[in-house]
Amino acid sequence: MKKVLTTPIKNEDIENVTAGDVVYLDGYLITCRDVAHRRLIELGRELPVDLNGLAIFHAGPIVAKDENGKWQMISIGPTTSMRMEKFEKEFIAETGVKLIIGKGGMGPNTEEGCKTYKALHAVFPGGCAVLAATEVEEIERVEWDDLGMPEALWVSRVKNFGPLIISIDTKGNNLFEKNKVTFNEKKKAAVQTICERVKFIK
Amino acid sequence: MDNEQKIQVMTDIMAKFTSYMGKRLPDDIMNKLRELRQQEDTYLAKVVYDSMFENQELADKLDRPCCQDTGVIQYHIKAGAEFPLLANIQDILRNAVLEATRIAPLRHNAVEIFKEKNTGNNTGERVPIIDWDIVPDSKSIEIEVYMAGGGCSLPGQGKTLMPSVGYEGIVEYVFDVMTSMGLNACPPLLVGIGIAGSIEVAARLSKKALFRPIGSRHNDPRGAEMELLIEKGLNEVGLGPQGLSGKNSVTAVHIESAARHPSTISVAINVGCWAHRRGTIRINEDMSYEIISHKGVTL
Repeated sequence: MKKVLTTPIKNEDIENVTAGDVVYLDGYLITCRDVAHRRLIELGRELPVDLNGLAIFHAGPIVAKDENGKWQMISIGPTTSMRMEKFEKEFIAETGVKLIIGKGGMGPNTEEGCKTYKALHAVFPGGCAVLAATEVEEIERVEWDDLGMPEALWVSRVKNFGPLIISIDTKGNNLFEKNKVTFNEKKKAAVQTICERVKFIK
Repeated sequence: MDNEQKIQVMTDIMAKFTSYMGKRLPDDIMNKLRELRQQEDTYLAKVVYDSMFENQELADKLDRPCCQDTGVIQYHIKAGAEFPLLANIQDILRNAVLEATRIAPLRHNAVEIFKEKNTGNNTGERVPIIDWDIVPDSKSIEIEVYMAGGGCSLPGQGKTLMPSVGYEGIVEYVFDVMTSMGLNACPPLLVGIGIAGSIEVAARLSKKALFRPIGSRHNDPRGAEMELLIEKGLNEVGLGPQGLSGKNSVTAVHIESAARHPSTISVAINVGCWAHRRGTIRINEDMSYEIISHKGVTL
């Protein structure tokens, strides 16, 4: 059965969601990436959106105004989540955000944040930005637009937003870190085999 | 057509082509992705490939950039020495980017160094990036348009090795980058490797390697063999689509090389994401054109 999370997300909604599960999102999704994280955590500025129980998207969209001057979502896909690793634990603590959507894995800092404050990190398939845009119902408003189109906070309502592949769950399980162990084992064997065959300097 | 008219026509062609190639992937990449998709048998890998193909259909139908990160626009040019507009190319491409940004629309991706302000129109200091090669005895121009997205630019790096580590050192370096930074760069990746005697030469070649069509090989048999070995080895690691594990890691591995200094081996790596937005167009003296990367397309 399709698992759908609806904002505001409560701890009990996500406690039984496990790394590797696929879920979808209904409700509020706010884009939030490099500079917004830095402003809150490093510069101590208050975020212009209350994220308690909501979802953020590590993303910088393409938006355009329609003939009535209303913002339309043209293309929006995830950006590399690892860039926010440095800030994410404190970010979860400060904001009460429950779902962080991005691309690729995140590290021990975020794992700890997800475990301590009950939150999830999920991956939306990277590059699938038109698919994601068609799952956005409406852009309600934009904040911190002084940062430019990619870095501003776009506050959107989404419906059936996904697939979202859970990469870190509330127990701190980390899908990418688990995969990395396997990748590194296979890497060792592959490199050894190739090195035997590229001894070109003689 | 006088030169003024030719400038207008070429600006229009390049604006339309820059906009077009951000929406549809080149033929060789699409064919390779179809092939790789069929090999996957796990639930997560299939979910991701389904999303990728649905996305490409939607981008085509709705006429929108298939990935939101339309990158910093780069033009790699093979300019015929007798092409009539050589002196105007820089202005033409700058204006083409301004226009493509408006009509596509493209995301604003040029942030000025030190000012730390997004220019809001995809032009800025040295941007669009233009890289030149001159072709003698030719009256036409071949332009590779490339959208260098942030995700797949992030793993880009290089290192100058001591010859004692040999080509083995190159192999280890490539695998280390791929299993760390490569994981988050939207695999399956096209891997470009530059090998030379100093770092800037290797770096430029690693980007050039990304413009070779899938299926092409290094012209030295050892180079071709090394490409195949690394390709096979990386696929055995099995990063899978989005690094979620699977049967493959790469769409291809390409190596470009330049003769090195006896004391150094510089290696650089650049990757292209699965949505490798590369477009190749040839424009002739009379402003007729042919799109090489996307067969049968007129603008």
